[in-house]
This record gives sequence, C-alpha cells and structure tokens, in this order.
Amino acid sequence: MVAMELEKELRAPQLQMTPYPPKSIILATGETLVVRQARKEEAAILLETVYPLIGVARDYYDIVAARMYSELLGWVRDRTASEFVLVGAIDGVIGGIVTSRMMTEKIGISLHTITIKRGLRIGAQLFAAKMEHHIEYLRQDEVYIVAESPIGFRRWMIEYGLKDLSGEYPAIQHELGGIPTYSLTRDLYFSVKPEKVFGTRPVDPSVLATADILIAPDEYPQIPGFRRNES
Amino acid sequence: MREVAVVGIGHTAFGNLSQYDLVDVMGYSAMDAVDDAGIGDHRRLIEQVFVANMGGGILNHQTAIASSLVSRLGIEPAMAETVENGPASGASAVKTAWMAIASGMVEVAMVTGGELMRSVTGWEATDFVATLLHPEVEYPYGLTLPGFGGMFTRMYMERYGLTERELAMVAVKDHQNGMKNPFAHVKVECSLDALSHDSESEAANPYMATPLRLYGMCPVSDGAASLILCATDSPAMKYFQKSEPVRISGIGSATDTHCVHNRKDPLHLKAVELSAQRAYAMADITAKDISFAELHDAFVILEIAISEEVGFFERGTARKAIAAGDTTISGKIPINSSGGLKSKGHPVGATGVSQIHELVKQIRGKAEKGRQVKNPKHGLAVNFGGFGNNVVSTVCSKM
Repeated sequence: MVAMELEKELRAPQLQMTPYPPKSIILATGETLVVRQARKEEAAILLETVYPLIGVARDYYDIVAARMYSELLGWVRDRTASEFVLVGAIDGVIGGIVTSRMMTEKIGISLHTITIKRGLRIGAQLFAAKMEHHIEYLRQDEVYIVAESPIGFRRWMIEYGLKDLSGEYPAIQHELGGIPTYSLTRDLYFSVKPEKVFGTRPVDPSVLATADILIAPDEYPQIPGFRRNES
Repeated sequence: MREVAVVGIGHTAFGNLSQYDLVDVMGYSAMDAVDDAGIGDHRRLIEQVFVANMGGGILNHQTAIASSLVSRLGIEPAMAETVENGPASGASAVKTAWMAIASGMVEVAMVTGGELMRSVTGWEATDFVATLLHPEVEYPYGLTLPGFGGMFTRMYMERYGLTERELAMVAVKDHQNGMKNPFAHVKVECSLDALSHDSESEAANPYMATPLRLYGMCPVSDGAASLILCATDSPAMKYFQKSEPVRISGIGSATDTHCVHNRKDPLHLKAVELSAQRAYAMADITAKDISFAELHDAFVILEIAISEEVGFFERGTARKAIAAGDTTISGKIPINSSGGLKSKGHPVGATGVSQIHELVKQIRGKAEKGRQVKNPKHGLAVNFGGFGNNVVSTVCSKM
C-alpha cells in the first residue's frame, strides 16, 4: 500500500487528450503507411525497435534514439506529463515513431522523430502527423520544436519556416536542453498544411488491421547486416 | 590523333558522404581506378590529373583541388588542373584529358570528378547550382534549374501531349535500374500507380516545380568517380593488363545561348543535338549504332528530350517508346542502366565521369545482374551543362 502511494507521487499529471484518429498514406513504393496512436501495451515493441539505433552515430541517430528510448519509458511508466506516441507501420512493421507532449493546454512540446525505413518521406509524414495532432485534435496554439540533427533542422526549421524563439532565451526554452527553440504556430500550421499534411481518413478497416499488431523491423538501413536475434 | 582508351575505372557510392573531406572522397575513387587498372605499384605512370568539380570553392571552401588530389595520391610531380563546366564538368574533364593524350602531350592521364553537396541545405544546393544561370536576366529573378525543368516540362507536355504518368514511367524505370547499382543514392523501387495517381501521389510525390514532382528530379548527392586514360599505341599499355580497355571513339561538345529565352525554340536542345553529331562523326557511327546510353536526367523530362535530340526517336515520340518499354534494360535502346541521375544521384562534378564509368562497365560486360545490357558495342553518354548551354557527348566502344 505504501508502495502504491509512493508510485502515485511519482506519476506525472496528465491533461485530457483527444485520441489521434488513424490515417493511411500511399508511399512511393506503393506500400501503405498506417499512422496511428501507439498504445501503452505496445511500449515493449517500440523500445525493441528503437534500441539498436542507440549505437548509430551517423546522422545523429544515437542521440535521437537514446532520448526517444527514455521518452518511451517516461510515457509507459507515467513519468512524463501528457505525452503521446504516434507510429507509422507498413504491413505492421514499424517504419517510424514520433514522441510529443502537451506542456500546457495551449502549448505543445515536440520531442523526437525517428525514421527506420528511409527514403520514403516517412519521417516527414510522421512529423506532420504530430503537428496535426497538436494543432487540430489537441487544439493547441503552438508547438515548441528543436532539432538535434542537421536533417531535423532542414526538415522542420527551414521547410516549415518555423518561428525562431531563440531571442527569448532563457525565458522560453525547450525542455530538451535549451538549444535554440522554434515554434509552429496555429497560423503557420494551416499555411503549410496543404503541402505537408497528407493522409486518408477513415482508414479502410482491412488496411487498419494490418497495423493492429506492431512488428519490430528485421532490417535497419542504418545498420548493415543487422539481424534481430543478434541485437 | 592518337586513339585513347579507358584503362581503369573507380567510383564511390553516391549519397550523403558529408562526414568525409572532398579530396578524400575523390582519392577513394581515384585509388579504386588505380586498382582496376592494375597499376598499384606503377601509379606514377599517371602524368596528368584532371579534376572535375563545380562547387568546391562555394560549398566546401576549398580550391586548387587537383593539386591537392595529386598530393593525396602521392604522385607528384604529375601535372594537375581543375576543369569547371557546371554540371558538365565531368565530361569536359574527360574531353580535356582525351585531348591531352590524343595530341601526344601525355601518355596516361587520370580524370576524377567529385562533389560534396550535402553539407548544405537542399535550398542552398539549389541556389549554388543556379549560379550557372545568367547573372542579370535569370538568376536575380529567382530562376533555378528545377524552375527551368518545370517550365520545359510544361512546354513539352503542351506541344506533344506527354502525360504525368509517362513522366513517372521514366522515374520507375530508372529506379528499377538504380536498385541494382551498388553506387546508387536513392534505392527505392517505385510504384507507377503511387507516383502517378493524382489523388494519392501528393504525399509520396509532391509537386516541386509544377508539373515536375519530387520523383521527377534527381537528388542532391555527394560522390566521386575516376577514369584512367591511356593512348592505345603507348608503350604504357603493357601495364594495363588487369581490366579490359574500352575506347573513347567519339567525343564532342557544343554550346547554346546562355539565356534560354534567346532560343528560337526552347524545346530544341541544339547543343545536345550538335554535340552528339560531333561524337558520332568522330566515332564514324550513327545513332542507330548505339547499343545503350547514359543521358543526363537531372529532371526526367531531360531523359525524354535528350533521347530525341541524339537521334534515338523523332521529336515528340520518345513517350511512346518509353510506354512500350524500349528504354528498359532489355529494350531496343536501354537508357540509364545505372539508374541515371534520377536514382544513382547527381554530385555535379562527378556525374559526367560516372556516366562514362557506366559505359565502360557495360561494354566490359561487368554490370550487376539484372542491369547488364546484352552485347553492347557502342555506348553514348550525354552530360548536360547549364540548361543545355554547354553539352558534352561521348561515345565509348568495344576495342
């Protein structure tokens, strides 16, 4: 009983969050990417998916994977306030994951985006889905965003034309270490939405069913020769 | 003039090599060529090095790259020069090396084309390439090469009825070839339906310069390719026993107006037509003798338009040949067996050298399974500089 009371003290408060409705996106290969909200009972498979990338220095996968690993633990163990996780799956195989959270009712904090299957714009689609969730479903006014890799900086700060808040440091600083903070405002989101946010809803039930059980990838383009049972 | 053969070829993977130094990347492909030529112990046979590079000074803050490469290879006092001709720098460097040997000035020369473009954003890379446009009447008005590609595509579609689906067929075919090329940058096996269904293709294949979509354009790539050339009657040929030599039987270049709007018909790529005719004349062949070709598809429309200018198809009819599968590996005239710029990538200074690397590999019969052209005799490479204002065509032939 004491342990349960202590656990209650350790848990982060949670804001009410509207669920993210799943959508499907056709990729250049003709495959279908299902983007949906991850369930906490899927944390183990998500952690298993991210773990091998912690050792990949190239393109900063190491820092992104290590931080996402801890964010997934914070999410499943209720140590992070109002966090959500979206996953992109092709025939159930995880192609990418994004993490994010609500800091307040009106301000969101974008955490990380990781792409496992590269070259198909999966990361771009998942990041856009994350912003869609913050602005359209959680009805937030803005999202604080930072980049920890050059790829992220090009994709988000430059291509979205994010608002630079670094001049307001230290009053405004993203919780990922206070590196220069940018913001996606509601107006900015809707101005870029036609070019950035895609997907079909509702998802055909038979297509949605393909992503019902998530599968950790057997291959990582980032890790030549990777074999799941050897990790 | 003396006959000139390619006696060694080298290549790096194309893609993101931004963690490496430019001269290291070039040095890797150069040593690969030395190894292919079998002159590891005799690399001082190389009397002259020509480097093809467009952006070292702008993108990498590095100049005098040719002398740097010579030092990296340890072959001083070899002569060294850098050749810059925009995206046709590679083939121009090959042409310069060919002239040096054909004239009798040197016996053995190396050509290395290389570029590191991924250290800047895609937008900065696009701006860098746009520096080749007219500085007063094109560039200041925001014109870029993708912009020209889009306008050219629109004009071609309106005149000849080309469809977006036919454009996508070129990308699908190039990616099928690129999937089998170990050097290719973008290895994605594309679906024609996914790339060409208007309602569904926005996510996977968004418009970049209407009507050109993402998969209608080459990627921004890093990489290098090298060739070693020798006069066929040179005593030095005895050292090149490891790999089959392939003759450069024809090479020609031509220019057109710098300003595209000064052309009577912007769809007529005169410099392509003329450079190919010059190369054919030197090789004493016609377009009908060409077994396969590497054409400069920085935008997929260019593969279509160039294939017509070099005489493979009548103007406006390449679309039918593409739909019929004539340009696939097993087709009548395979085009871009390497994956082309579209899939293999386009490190601008390296591209022209890489195209000739592919000609040599195919003629030797050493291309990877599934992308080897059947019994090739003559291959054509077209390296397109500017928006068609300085083009180099090269014919390589089996000896």
